[in-house]
Amino acid sequence: MAMTETFYEVMRRQGITRRSFLKFCSLTATALGLEPAFAGKIAEAMETKPRTPVLWLHGLECTCCSESFIRSAHPLASDVVLSMISLDYDDVIMASAGHQAEAILTEIREKYKGNYILAVEGNPPLNQDGMSCIIGGRPFVEQLKEVAADCKAVISWGSCASWGCVQAAHPNPTQAVPVHEVITDKPIIKVPGCPPIAEVMTGVITYMLTFDRIPELDRQGRPKMFYGQRIHDKCYRRPHFDAGQFVEDWDDEGARKGYCLYKMGCKGPTTYNACSTVRWNNGVSFPIQSGHGCIGCSEDGFWDKGSFYDHVTNTHVFGIEANADKVGIAAAGTVGAAVTAHAAVSAIQRIKQRAGEHHEENDKT
Amino acid sequence: MLTGVPTVKQTAVYVYQTPVRIWHWVNALSITILAITGYLIANPLPTLPGEASDHYLMGNMRFFHFAAAYVFIVGFIFRIYWAIVGNSYSHQLFTLPFWRRSFWSELVHELRWYAFLEKEPRKYVGHNPLAHLFMVVIITVGGLVMIVTGLALYSEQTGLGSWQDELFGWVIPFVGQSQDVRMWHHWGMWVIVVFVMLHVYTAIREDIMSRQSLISTMISGWRMFKDDRP
Ligand code: HEM
Ligand code: HEM
Ligand code: SF4
Ligand code: SF4
Repeated sequence: MAMTETFYEVMRRQGITRRSFLKFCSLTATALGLEPAFAGKIAEAMETKPRTPVLWLHGLECTCCSESFIRSAHPLASDVVLSMISLDYDDVIMASAGHQAEAILTEIREKYKGNYILAVEGNPPLNQDGMSCIIGGRPFVEQLKEVAADCKAVISWGSCASWGCVQAAHPNPTQAVPVHEVITDKPIIKVPGCPPIAEVMTGVITYMLTFDRIPELDRQGRPKMFYGQRIHDKCYRRPHFDAGQFVEDWDDEGARKGYCLYKMGCKGPTTYNACSTVRWNNGVSFPIQSGHGCIGCSEDGFWDKGSFYDHVTNTHVFGIEANADKVGIAAAGTVGAAVTAHAAVSAIQRIKQRAGEHHEENDKT
Repeated sequence: MLTGVPTVKQTAVYVYQTPVRIWHWVNALSITILAITGYLIANPLPTLPGEASDHYLMGNMRFFHFAAAYVFIVGFIFRIYWAIVGNSYSHQLFTLPFWRRSFWSELVHELRWYAFLEKEPRKYVGHNPLAHLFMVVIITVGGLVMIVTGLALYSEQTGLGSWQDELFGWVIPFVGQSQDVRMWHHWGMWVIVVFVMLHVYTAIREDIMSRQSLISTMISGWRMFKDDRP
């Protein structure tokens, strides 16, 4: 009976050896920062627990999350995880297509009501009745709402699903909105980044599948284990920041010496992500290591926060586009000049007044 | 006059109690340090040569900012306490009698005085309405905004679960994201800097031009009046 099929059985059927399976369990325990004993617990859970299906929907997006996901550092991890989810529905990597594919959605929804995980990559555009993103002849937003209705939890993959990302950047012609603005009655796990780091994605999904619970989330709904700190908190260039050693130009001595990129607009101090610890491409490097500041890709609305290359960025507040320092210095200068002028006029007035008073006093005596 | 010597009558009222005066000058110093170090956190000084371990310039800059910030915060809380236990003038910083018509008419009068449209200013034992308005808006409300945004930024380095995070972490998603909090904190600095410029100028000017003492009042606590007329 399908309901009682375990993860382990599914993996074995997919040709994964027991040896690989156990390796995967210990790898996962380490990746999630759990103690060694947990490897056994993960193995046991996967052998006994019925498999939780994952449906992976794609809205308005560039598919960079999927691209990142299938490049997970450890091929084993991605093999295992992919074998767990490719079974169900993912319109990018599944074998079936057309009506056959859409039928799977209905089937899973009915068979696993309230028991499957919905992973969403991309987001729904709401303008023009949602016509800017059509799946199987219908607006994506409809598919999203239907499938979400019976799910256990939603994973919002990437900045698109989590915050809106580029398609929601000003002026957002299609009115693309993040998933949590459409689905409000289900727990939502945000895994932002453009794309998110592969190991972060596999880590989150494995945690949810094996432990059958949601990882601990922060206020904005991001898993604390990967988004609990800023890039800046764990950046290897931080000693240069604290010392006051900065790159001031892309081709200066500081750039060659690997100084801090703060003055070049690095968004590490305002960005919550795991790049400076997990890094990218099998842990080879990450943007700052290659000499470019962080652009803050996992932060809400990062496209609309001014230049990637300034620390004090331009803002559009008060209807002008300028940065706080330019306006501030201009205001302080203007007030300084006004004060000086006012002081001068006051002095003249006072001299006149004094002269008047002297006359009065002289008149009295 | 009887003696033929012009007498200038001065009546005096005790206005600013010692704690308020000490608070004023400590607060002025902490804000000055906060503005300078804050500006230099956003726009760091030119790069230093040598090994990273030879310097701690940015670290110190931030340390002084946070040290002055805590002085500012403790002072602010103390000032609220003193508004409760202190004399009636000590309430002014936290109360604005905007419902009183006289407040607005006196405010207009004060503005006209600064615009050279009135021959002389009125006398006030406490703050004049213009100073009062600015102090409540910039120091009380503005100070609170700086404290709330500042502690929210501070929670980013003390981390999830710290008291700064528990109490002020919500500010970040409320305002947008970390970068927005920084931006408002930064704009706040310029608003306060402009206030301080006007405040210091008017304090000196009124000390000379008005019918009452000001700077010495903030030093000794006594308000002296230069004449007897109402
Ligand atoms: C960062 C700088 C400063 C800040 C933030 C500041 C703030 C304040 C505040 C909040 C008050 C109201 C006190 C209360 O009711 O408790 C006040 C009063 C006063 N301040 Fe300052 N102050 C600063 C610097 C100065 C300086 C440099 C002077 C002297 C030139 C000065 C002279 C005065 C005077 C004379 C008063 C009393 C005004 C009155 O009698 O209505 N302040 N200041
Ligand atoms: C009058 C009061 C204050 C002024 C004028 C001021 C000014 C500034 C400025 C200009 C910045 C740089 C922002 C940027 O990066 O664009 C800053 C950063 C900061 N301020 Fe303040 N601030 C004040 C009060 C406070 C308070 C009360 C706290 C509370 C602890 C605080 C904590 C911080 C923190 C944590 C940062 C970020 C430091 C970093 O990036 O490493 N500030 N402040
Ligand atoms: S390079 Fe960026 S993240 Fe690293 S220390 Fe400098 S500002 Fe922080
Ligand atoms: S360093 Fe910053 S911009 Fe680059 S991937 Fe990480 S979060 Fe995104």
